[in-house]
Amino acid sequence: MPRSVLAVALVSIATLSGCTEGVLDPKGPIAAAERQILFNSLGIMLAIVIPTILATLGIAYWFRSSNKRARYLPDFTYSGRLELLVWSIPALTVLLVGGVAWVGSHHLDPRKPIGAAVEPLRIQVVSLDWKWLFIYPEQGIASINQLTIPIDTPVSFELTSAGVMNSFFVPQLGGQIYTMAGMVTRLYLQADHPGSYRGLSANYSGGGFADMRFTVDALPAKEFAHWVTTTRSAGPQLDSQTYADLAKPTTAVPPFTYRTVAPGLFNGILSAGMMGADASHIDLPASQRAEK
Amino acid sequence: MNLLGKLSWNAIPLDQPIVMAATSMMIAGVVLVLSWVTVKGHWPYLWREWITSVDHKRIGVMYIVLALLMLLRGFTDAIMMRSQQAVAAGGAHGYLPPEHFDQIFSAHGTIMIFFMAMPFVIGLMNFVVPLQLGVRDMAFPTLNSVALWLTASGILLTNISLAVGEFAKTGWVAYPPLSEVQFSPGVGVDYYLWALQISGIGTLLTGINFVTTILKTRAPGMGYMRMPVFCWTALASNLLMVAAFPVLTATFAMLLLDRYLGFHFFSIDGQGNPMMYVNLFWVWGHPEVYILILPAFGIFSEAISTFSGKPLFGYRSMVAATMAICVLSFLVWLHHFFTMGASADVNGFFGVMTMVIAVPTGVKIFNWLFTMYGGRVRLTVPVLWSLGFMVTFVIGGMTGVLMAVPPADFQLHNSLFLVAHFHNVIIGGVVFGVLAGYTYWFPKAFGFTLDERWGRASFWCWLIGFYIAFMPLYALGLMGMTRRMQHYDNLAWQPWLLLAAVGAVVILAGIACLIVQLIVSIRDRAQRPAGGDPWNGRTLEWSTASPPPAWNFAVLPRVSERDTYWNGRKRERTAQDPPAREYKPIEMPKNSATGFITAFFAVVTGFALIWHIWWMVGLGLFGAFVTLIAFAFRDREDIEISAEQIARFDRAHQLEVPI
Repeated sequence: MPRSVLAVALVSIATLSGCTEGVLDPKGPIAAAERQILFNSLGIMLAIVIPTILATLGIAYWFRSSNKRARYLPDFTYSGRLELLVWSIPALTVLLVGGVAWVGSHHLDPRKPIGAAVEPLRIQVVSLDWKWLFIYPEQGIASINQLTIPIDTPVSFELTSAGVMNSFFVPQLGGQIYTMAGMVTRLYLQADHPGSYRGLSANYSGGGFADMRFTVDALPAKEFAHWVTTTRSAGPQLDSQTYADLAKPTTAVPPFTYRTVAPGLFNGILSAGMMGADASHIDLPASQRAEK
Repeated sequence: MNLLGKLSWNAIPLDQPIVMAATSMMIAGVVLVLSWVTVKGHWPYLWREWITSVDHKRIGVMYIVLALLMLLRGFTDAIMMRSQQAVAAGGAHGYLPPEHFDQIFSAHGTIMIFFMAMPFVIGLMNFVVPLQLGVRDMAFPTLNSVALWLTASGILLTNISLAVGEFAKTGWVAYPPLSEVQFSPGVGVDYYLWALQISGIGTLLTGINFVTTILKTRAPGMGYMRMPVFCWTALASNLLMVAAFPVLTATFAMLLLDRYLGFHFFSIDGQGNPMMYVNLFWVWGHPEVYILILPAFGIFSEAISTFSGKPLFGYRSMVAATMAICVLSFLVWLHHFFTMGASADVNGFFGVMTMVIAVPTGVKIFNWLFTMYGGRVRLTVPVLWSLGFMVTFVIGGMTGVLMAVPPADFQLHNSLFLVAHFHNVIIGGVVFGVLAGYTYWFPKAFGFTLDERWGRASFWCWLIGFYIAFMPLYALGLMGMTRRMQHYDNLAWQPWLLLAAVGAVVILAGIACLIVQLIVSIRDRAQRPAGGDPWNGRTLEWSTASPPPAWNFAVLPRVSERDTYWNGRKRERTAQDPPAREYKPIEMPKNSATGFITAFFAVVTGFALIWHIWWMVGLGLFGAFVTLIAFAFRDREDIEISAEQIARFDRAHQLEVPI
């Protein structure tokens, strides 16, 4: 089957060229499905693009003015049948790829949960100038520029920004989504294999943009539980005061973790974004204030 | 209050050697040219024949000169980016700090789209469309001159930002909230906004002018279905300008209100909505790419049909496809941000619409194929550009449709794959197109043909350089590298970026060949006279002298069919005595300094607004207003050219075919 040949060819080219760690080397179901769609669409289109390129070069070569064997047909300027063909070939191609697009955009809607037996892990993501904050609301911990997740477990991301727009992107796990102040975007991803994957911002966000990258550590469930315990036992606390410091623009921040996170911090950042308050002064919810 | 607003000596980046070197080179170049003109005493000639000219041909040539200069400026930025990314791997941070690198990629995009591609396309349309329509000038000649000089004002402001202050560090799209005062307090975004506001007005005026010209002032007998295809594509392109550019102007006006008067259209506070800017920007932005590519399609249609010695195959289909693209281009803008988190229905709809627009484009490719089929294809330089385009553009179209599939786009958006895609269609489509048009119509404009050998050399350097420079970017995108990175830690990317830098150098060789070609052709111009019709052309521009007289046609041509000139010439071989011509005096529009003076005040106003020099803003606006009043009260708008003068010119340039 030509499509599988194509897929094999592409993957081998990618591997040979050191193209690992990219979107052609998926480590989770979402990235794998997206790669499949990429290959399917490419296969459908190559079926028409390659003949067209060959025909262009062939016709131009054969009908070159110096070729006396080519017939000169100056009146060949219209043919109803050819017109029909000319409109229907691209139309059919587009019908096929359009089908892939329509079905694919529903099937792989970023906000659609991944069907799995395991309860998804919730993670809240905030893009700051210029670093990533990951909050684990159920575990009560947080980390900077380092995302640790269990394998074979869907991860439910809620994402926002404290200021400038960014795009949260882990190529090997799946497609990206924007982070925007005052708004929440949703994304589901899952890692099937333990390993360390690159994450980065895909939307230019100013001076420190190039260093806005993070590592995703996908761990087996037991090791993840262990990581949570270790994280809880050491490190600074994230509350409105330490958040104010964190929110100041910094570049190339080495990864670290917070042992506790003030509940409601994510919603506080979100409503600060909506109200336009200075992002470094977060009003925590009333309950939290009472605790203080 | 400071008399010079925010302007002070600190605005000049004396501490940055690279910027200062570039600035001094630019200033030295300008001074050199100006003093040469002064010493040689060319000012009266330049003023009379070019600066104040309202002749569409002169204006067209000036647009193209601007475009070629800006190609050099934009390409310098490109070389700097490619070399920076080739070295800034691992721990290295290259030679351009982020605040400089960020300005460079913003300036590269802005200059290449607004100040290279647009003036080139508009310049070619200016030169060609009235000639192809068989008329003597545009509908509004003085307005045409105003539009040209407003474009030049925008270009001047953008280049001033190199020496005084800074340019935007936001990318060429200037998305808020990054472009709001909160995150970009400097003058960079203001330079970007005012330069584009001023040149945007020029573009809108151009659009109005062309739409009027094409709809209302065609030669007698030229019905719509007898217009050359280039005129059809020009009509579609200018309709898009009229419809789309006001959106950009309004969007930028809102961002300016945010920045200058504390409004909250796109801010993250005060219920502003930055995403509305993104939507509005691309409501203009996607039609914009068709504004550029449709005239290029027209050029390829003319070149392929002329050099195949055949009428265009499927003319009606071509017209239908052009107008379909014109309408559909407004229904696809959301594909620029599938990753914003819209619902699957919305993403799916815009994905499918994006693909639908590929259908008329595909139709065009097939029709060009069938035009060559059964022809006698002369492989001249314009045909080489056309063939290079057809091969390259289908690849770019394919990667474009690939990214129109939302789940694929989630992985490829904002990556170097995207960068490779749009360079694939803009270089492979627009740049190849305008260079084909430049070679094709150059003899008409100057009376001698361009050197073939250097033209071929340039073509091969551009084509090969393009593939070496941008195919690695496709691979890098698949490897997960995003755009606009000042440095990166993944060493696996570096070999590909080195290769891409090599490609940029090959393209540089292509540009050098273009310059050499121009010099060599001017030097040997006596050996390569073009005559009226060097290519065995089909359309009316080839029926007049090269360069055409100010009045284009001594007697307006009568059109009775498509490809009138070609068919007329076929008949002429059988006919014996061409009818004697009766010459009548012609009224031509008088030269006007209005455009130049308006643009001068536009620069003053723009510069003053950027630096908050309020008294100067008043001065500039007042000056522009007075200029307008003076123009409105002018005594004479036409000069009469006597029948005798026309007859004399006609005798000196014997026409091959009277029409």
